[in-house]
Amino acid sequence: MREVYVAGIGITTFTRLEYPLVEIASYASMMALKDAGITEVDQLYVANMGAPRVNHQTALGSAVADSLSLLPAGAAAIENGPASGAAAIKAGFQAVASGMDDVVLVAGVERMREVNNLEATDFVATLTHPLAEYIYGVTLPAHAAMFARLYMEKYGVTERHLAMVGVKNQNAALNNVWAHLQQGITLEGILDSPEAMTNNPYVAEPLRFFDACPVSDGGAAIILVSKEKAQELGRPLIRLSGIGQATDTHAVFERQEPTDLPAVHKAAQDAYEMSGLRPEDIDVAELHDAFTILEIAESEEVGFFPKGEGHIALEKGETALGGRIPINVGGGLKGRGHPVGATGVAQAWEIVTQLRGDGEKRQVEGARTGLTLNFGGFGNNVVCLIFVRED
Amino acid sequence: MSVDLEKILRPTEAPMKPYEPKYMLLASGEAVVVRQVFRDEIPDLLKHVEPLIHVERDFYDLVASRVYAELLGYYQYRFQDQYVLALQVDGELAAIVNGRQVNPRLGLSLHTLALRRGLRIGAHGFAAKMEYHIDTLGHDEVLIVAESPIGFRRWMIEYKLEKRFDIPHELGGVPSWALTRELFDRARSKLVVGRRPVPPELLAKAKEKILPPSDPPTPALDPLAATRAKYDPTATALVQQRWEMEKGADSA
Repeated sequence: MREVYVAGIGITTFTRLEYPLVEIASYASMMALKDAGITEVDQLYVANMGAPRVNHQTALGSAVADSLSLLPAGAAAIENGPASGAAAIKAGFQAVASGMDDVVLVAGVERMREVNNLEATDFVATLTHPLAEYIYGVTLPAHAAMFARLYMEKYGVTERHLAMVGVKNQNAALNNVWAHLQQGITLEGILDSPEAMTNNPYVAEPLRFFDACPVSDGGAAIILVSKEKAQELGRPLIRLSGIGQATDTHAVFERQEPTDLPAVHKAAQDAYEMSGLRPEDIDVAELHDAFTILEIAESEEVGFFPKGEGHIALEKGETALGGRIPINVGGGLKGRGHPVGATGVAQAWEIVTQLRGDGEKRQVEGARTGLTLNFGGFGNNVVCLIFVRED
Repeated sequence: MSVDLEKILRPTEAPMKPYEPKYMLLASGEAVVVRQVFRDEIPDLLKHVEPLIHVERDFYDLVASRVYAELLGYYQYRFQDQYVLALQVDGELAAIVNGRQVNPRLGLSLHTLALRRGLRIGAHGFAAKMEYHIDTLGHDEVLIVAESPIGFRRWMIEYKLEKRFDIPHELGGVPSWALTRELFDRARSKLVVGRRPVPPELLAKAKEKILPPSDPPTPALDPLAATRAKYDPTATALVQQRWEMEKGADSA
């Protein structure tokens, strides 16, 4: 198996975008191509979750290939729920590692604000079990709320801890010009003041408004190449050194212990094993904080902290910029936004930015290794990636 | 015999109790002061409203034009029984809300113009003016319309306003909606916040000078933005849902 490197990255602003879906993907891709200094690719994968339903568009791979004049490159769309982005990166990795392709473009894109909030929530909820969950009205905020309630009862996590994640990540987004939310928040404003309940009402108790990521449009892209090509292009040598992917029961109620996320654990362990690294070797991480509780739980499952102690590490500032393992320094899903199909690629974009030392105000000093965790379903399809700077 | 035409042109103003200032914390942790402004401060507001007339996005052009005319009308004594509340963060103008008294039992909401987006500033301003109508002026109800989908979502849906479609609203003659005292009481615990008295230094800062908004809405880069803002699918879906439920209740 050949080694695979990142030669280019690109991203659009995450917000409500007024441009067609393919243009969003193309813009991010053009930035990545320009960053890599190339105009041709062998293959491209476009990660997306909702286009057929939300944007009434299918076959995004060929649409983006034509839009970018990348013909006759091979092209395909990849749909894997909110983990589509990292799943597409995995496919790109396999194409290069196998020797089939030398240059692969992976783009992630979503335009969720085409539809109203109710329809957006509903389309994301289609990833739940159709007979055991969806028909009873379960949505992702509802899943996350039930998970949070159990976590609170079992491990002593409080609403304050959840709010602390929200404040950390939304304020981190202020250092990321591409992030959706450009408005700082404080614990006083969203939790402690007499106005907090109006500023930050419950959306699915115990989760409040500022515990959830925004609904965003956006695109991100990454170029994967062989080592020879990476050296030829002269970009910083950042290797995609580890990949793990794991699944879990479709219906959450079938899990033995609903506060455990075994697919997260397995995906991370496999990625560590492949890269030859351990959790303590990771300098910076992007976890899938679609809801604040998830950052806490995932930080434990990927091995940064013992189970049930993620919130304690948070309290100590260990997950903040300057802490022991900075998490979501670009805002995470909470602050950067969560155009579902683009998220996994955007996480990789952030880690590569960090490993190149281009993080500006949010730069983790001396970062040489980074981990992304892209959480699909409610933890039933998870992809973990590890990147290492080699030069 | 000479006639003082100005006396004829000026409306006779009804006595209206002043609004007692209040303040609240935003999600950002900043304190916003809500206070009534009178004629002497209207020119300070006008200069910050005027640029928004040229923002063809989210109906800022329409709302700012009308607010400008209303404020000017108030300043030049050509508007009957209008009041104006300003919301300021550290002196900076964050929102303007206004309305008028139709008669001692009926109020009329004019506009809510947020000069700083996010953080529910406009929503806090709207709640403050409803508070003024119902609690201070003692109105039984307030006639309301929305000129933007965002306003519709905030007022008609969040407060569950009642239809008064037989009454044309003074803004464009369109059908009115109404906030009754009962509806306001129901919304009070969730939507109406604020603390009194305002700490003297906070109030003094607000009164010292109305500073320009540091991050005002700007014209959209994409010409499609103005068109797109005319359709808000969420508000449409919510109101359709509510009307379906009302129909169901009626038939039952």
